[in-house]
Amino acid sequence: MLELDDITAGYDRRAPAVRGAHLSLYPGESLGLLGPSGCGKSTLARVAALLHRPDRGTVTLDGRTVTGFFHRAPRSLRTAVGVVFQQPRLAADPRLRLRDLVAEPLRATGRRTEAGPRVAELAERVGLGADLLSRRPHEVSDGQLQRACLARALVLRPRWLVCDEMTAMLDASTTAALVAVVEDYRAETGAGLLAVGHDPVLLDRWCGRTVHWNEIVKH
Amino acid sequence: MAEQVWRPQGRTRRSTRTVRVRACVAVMAVIVPAVLLVPPLAQLDQQAVDLAAKLQPPSWEHPFGTDDVGRDLLLRCVYGLRVSLFVGLVAALVATVIGTAVGAAAGALGGWTDRVAMRAVDTLSSVPHLLLGIFVVAVFRPGVWPVVASVAVTHWLSTARIVRAEVMSLRGRAYVDAAVSGGASRWRVAVRHLVPGVLPQAGLAAVLMIPHAMWHESALSFLGLGLPAHQASLGNLVQTARGSLLAGDWWPTFFPGLLLILPTLAIAGLAGAWRDRLNPRRRSELTL
Repeated sequence: MLELDDITAGYDRRAPAVRGAHLSLYPGESLGLLGPSGCGKSTLARVAALLHRPDRGTVTLDGRTVTGFFHRAPRSLRTAVGVVFQQPRLAADPRLRLRDLVAEPLRATGRRTEAGPRVAELAERVGLGADLLSRRPHEVSDGQLQRACLARALVLRPRWLVCDEMTAMLDASTTAALVAVVEDYRAETGAGLLAVGHDPVLLDRWCGRTVHWNEIVKH
Repeated sequence: MAEQVWRPQGRTRRSTRTVRVRACVAVMAVIVPAVLLVPPLAQLDQQAVDLAAKLQPPSWEHPFGTDDVGRDLLLRCVYGLRVSLFVGLVAALVATVIGTAVGAAAGALGGWTDRVAMRAVDTLSSVPHLLLGIFVVAVFRPGVWPVVASVAVTHWLSTARIVRAEVMSLRGRAYVDAAVSGGASRWRVAVRHLVPGVLPQAGLAAVLMIPHAMWHESALSFLGLGLPAHQASLGNLVQTARGSLLAGDWWPTFFPGLLLILPTLAIAGLAGAWRDRLNPRRRSELTL
């Protein structure tokens, strides 16, 4: 279970972006989080992915209370959550070819030997042609790059997925394709999904349960 | 009536920038082969004393003239430039490696490491460079390596600041978040994502540092603290020729000075062109 309890987080202690948010996500569940722009959804998503230390509150992941965030989180916990960010341009190192981009988490965790077959398998799954894999981020479109970023998030087979406005930059057909990839992965592995966005139609159709930002924060 | 033909402006008029870059390339194309090839190939003794030909003005036989003991100044200048360029290159390289390492560590780790490293940088840069350089050479026996060490120790500070700032701006990018989420250690993030991002800037800083280092070496030698007096270096040449300048002989100081100024301007000009390519918005600033 991924549980966020009474989370207050932000970039300035005097003006936190998120105040007292509660959220719990069960294994295999898909939860959509709706909210207007700038309300703090992305900050909460970063906390859920253990990338941002909250000022207050606790995060519990698979029964373990998380005490360190970002580099201070144990590697096994960090890699249990896969993240897809809103803007693929910013989320991809401009110097890495897509093949290396997808394989990077495997290399970083010392599983270099698995990289070849796993990248090929994921590339097919997210719909990236073999010729695209040897290109760098500036040589592909936003949609293609987001496909690679999704493949990178799935490469370590995380038990949890956080999609922070994953489809905001994409057209309808790419959106449908990427959502289908995520749903296939969930059906196969039973991973839990937190999808953050501000499109109620999409989130209602995608997720089993949808909550609005106002329902999860204290007033 | 003749038909008017439209031509792109670049065809007929070259920008001053292009001319400048070509002039810099031309200077370097003469100097680099000269300092590399003349000493090993020409079987000439730069120390050959010819008292009968002392203090001769420039002529066909001695294009740069001769010094007060009749040594050929062209040959002495080439040897001196060789030493100065060598010191400049090696010192800039060492300073860049130190600066990049310190800056990257401070920027990537942040917190106390950053504070301690940057206060150390501030403290060191508050001491005048030449004074610190003199202190370093005074500890050792005169020679090339103490000069290299002295220049390197005083010049890595600005590189450290540049690299730190650049690393800090890269550290906040989403791709670093993605790498951390993918299990990358601090070291892996630094080596794989941060340092490659700052290498162009560090390389540029290194090239811009070569002229600085050459002047620093010349200043130390001029003060008699750099290379031993018998070894030709541009600073030494100017220093020994000071007396003849008072007597009205201009060439023993003019040519070493010229050979110090020309390559430094050429290197700085090339580095400036490179900087313009890296960051076209900051075109106008002076490079030195």
